[in-house]
Parts: sequence; C-alpha cells; structure tokens
Amino acid sequence: MQSQHHMLPLVVDGASYVLKGKAIIEDVSFTIQHAGLTALLGPNGAGKSTLLKLCHGLLPLSSGSIRWGGADVHEVQQKQAMVFQRPVLLRRSAAENVDHVLKLRGASAAERARVIEESLEWAGLADIADTPARKLSGGEQQSLTIARAWALNPEVLLLDEPTANLDPAATRRVEDLIRSFAGAGKKVIMATHNIAQAQRLADEVLFLNHGRLLEHAPAKQFMSGPSDPLAARFIAGELVE
Amino acid sequence: MNEFSNAFRTALQLLVEMDPGLVEIVLLSLRVSLSAVILAAVFALPLGAFVALTQFPGRRGVVILMNAMMSLPPVVVGLVIYLLLSHTGPLGVTGLLFTPTAMIIAQCVLVLPIIAALTRQTVFDLHEEYDEYLRSVGAGTWQKIATLLWDGRTRLSTAILAGFGRAIAEVGAVIIVGGNILHSTRVMTTTIALETSKGDLGMALGLGIILVLMSVAVNTAVVTIGGGANQRTV
Repeated sequence: MQSQHHMLPLVVDGASYVLKGKAIIEDVSFTIQHAGLTALLGPNGAGKSTLLKLCHGLLPLSSGSIRWGGADVHEVQQKQAMVFQRPVLLRRSAAENVDHVLKLRGASAAERARVIEESLEWAGLADIADTPARKLSGGEQQSLTIARAWALNPEVLLLDEPTANLDPAATRRVEDLIRSFAGAGKKVIMATHNIAQAQRLADEVLFLNHGRLLEHAPAKQFMSGPSDPLAARFIAGELVE
Repeated sequence: MNEFSNAFRTALQLLVEMDPGLVEIVLLSLRVSLSAVILAAVFALPLGAFVALTQFPGRRGVVILMNAMMSLPPVVVGLVIYLLLSHTGPLGVTGLLFTPTAMIIAQCVLVLPIIAALTRQTVFDLHEEYDEYLRSVGAGTWQKIATLLWDGRTRLSTAILAGFGRAIAEVGAVIIVGGNILHSTRVMTTTIALETSKGDLGMALGLGIILVLMSVAVNTAVVTIGGGANQRTV
C-alpha cells in the first residue's frame, strides 16, 4: 500500500467545458484528498465522461483549472491510465495490445515480456494471450484494457462506465479487477450511472447532473441519505433528467 | 469466326508451350508494375496517413486533389513524364526515356494517388476509433501513424492490390514513355495493342488471357483479404 500519493490532492477549480455554445461541464469545483475509489455518479448526459476526460487532459478546459498534486494535467498524463466505455483494442493479439503501450513507454524487450505475462496473469487472461483481442468476449475485452492499464503501473486509473455494456458475470470480473487496482494503492476514479455499482465499489461519490456537481460525500453517507434532493430521487430509483 | 478460333488456338499454344517471347513480356510487365506499386506504396502509405492525422491549411484541398488524381488519365501522365524525360526536357540528361525505369516512374505516378487516397480514408476511419486511446497513452505523431498503418494492414493491402491492378492493365502511359521496344520495353498491354494492329491476334489474345487471369487473381485476393478482415473485426 502506498501511503503517500504523489498525484493527490486532485484539485478541480471552477472547471467548465463548453462545446458549440453549450456548457457540458459548468463551474465544477472539488478536491479529492484520498486514494481509493471515487465514483462520478449521475444520469446519462450528466457530464461524467467529459469530466473524466478533462481530468485526463483529453479535452481542453474552457475555463477553470485542474491540478494533480499541484501539477498540470499534461505533465502527469502519463502517470494515469484511462479505460473507455467501449474497449479500444488494437487489431492484434491480447499480448500485443499490452506490448503496444509498453513499447510506447520505451520498455526493453525483456521488461516487456515480463510485464505482459504478469499483467495478463493478474487479469486472468494468461490463456488467451495469443487470441486476437477483437475476438474476445466483451468481458474479456474490458478486462484486457484494464490489464493494459495495469501494465503501465499508473498512479491513477480513470474508468468511463467500464461495465455499461457487460452482463453480470463479466461485470463482476471487471469490478474485481477495479477493486484490485484500488487495493494496490492507486487512485481510481470511475464514471458510472449505476447506483448499485457505486455502492459496491466507491469510497466517495461525486454526484453530477447537467454538467454541475450537486454533491460530494463519502459513499456510505451519500447512499444512506444524500443532502441534494435530486440525488435523493436518483438513489430512490426515479428517472432523473 | 474462323479467324477468332485460329487466334484462340495460337494463343493456347503459346501459353502451353511457355513461348519465350511471351514469357519475356509477362516478366517485364510484372517487374515494371510491381516495382511501380512498391515504390508508390513507400511514399503513399505515410503520405496518406499523415494527411489523415494532421491539420494544416489547405488540407481539404489536398484531400480533394488526392481523390481526383485517382482517376488521372494514363496518357496524360505518360505525356507529362515524356516531356520531363525527353532530351530537351528538364530531366533529359538522365537518359531514362524509353527504358523500363521510365515506365516504372509513370506507373508509380498513376498508382500513388490511389494508394494514398485509400490509405487516408482507412487511417482516418481507424483513427476515429483509436484517437482517445492513442492520446491517452501519449503516442507521438509517427507512433500513431505506425500503429494505424499496421492495424489497417488488411484494408491497406487491398489498396495496394487495387494499385497493382491499375498499373498492370494500363497502356496509355507505358506506351508513350516506354516506346514499346522489342526485348526492352514491351509489356503485355502495349504488345496487345501492337499485335492487334498488326493482325497477329494469337499473341494478343494469349497475353489478353494472362492479363484477365491476373485481374481475376488480384480481385480474388482483394475479396479474400477483405473477407478475412471483416471476420477479424467482429
């Protein structure tokens, strides 16, 4: 377990993202102090994916700032790994997918071979190492993108609705990997619209709707009684727009 | 009708006996067109990928030009290369006019836009899918290009085959810059044109059969590779 996390606190201050005159993220501010898993919770279209991508530097802020442990996003982007809702896998074998990111990082051949084996083993994918990645099942594909992230040994893992397209068995498998990631002292931030999933995995919750942050609370507190009325309706299973 | 059956019989005879004259012409055709396609691919693959990935002023114009140049008239390409390589032309000192090298250059010019335009489209589509991943893992422009070219390999090989199909079947450019000289620059298409006008239909038809067979083989390869690629993306 890492006690000191170099990337924390994550300080988001007045962050806005405007696309074609429409604010997707509007004046969002929060600070994340602790490792463990933070869930970005909210209905579809709340701006969860956009906020994740802003935190990873994939989208430019329209205004405001995002600092990781005092550093600019782009300085620390390579200490983070991101997993997307639809697994982005290269048209190569599972092992070669992991190899690709290691090559980009300039790892030696011996190092790459070792890390590929370790990562696939960690994700329970050792026996399909040579299978073309795009022939794998949905759950295996998403496990592979998480194994690929693991291979990079990032300090932060960002997940965008990682189980949105998966069946329960595959979801459990992917959630186990996410737990293992957080358990290894990494900071994990996960966007999800699934309350039960947030309940299973999250240490704290950021509740978003229409691009605004409505509540930031420890998961237990949030689940037992959110202070925001809209969040309360969301938790009660109402359709929140 | 009798003339046709006679020609057909001669053609088959030439093919079965592997007539040395015919073999020489076929081999030169292959040498010229394969060289042209390889040369074109070396430039066209990175060019197409670069245009697909980068933003620069006039990019739209370049894309339109690349697509338009896919249907360049071979005789015009032949004429321009002829003017460049002729004794009084700017590249006349090279002495390349009426050599296989001149034919390779001409076919390369014809094929390059085809491969470049198809590469641009392939890489562009693939990049839509890979963009966030590649940026997330910090890939530089050339690393992105290498990744996208490799992952587009099946579609790109069909683009290259399409280029070869155009090169091997083309007559207008090679007849102008090659001159259709016996034992030197005579390829299948130019021979067919010449022998037909001379009335030696056997040779023309024999080469015609080979050309059609090659075309069928190339297209079969395109369909096979394309089918395999579709299967792999499921």
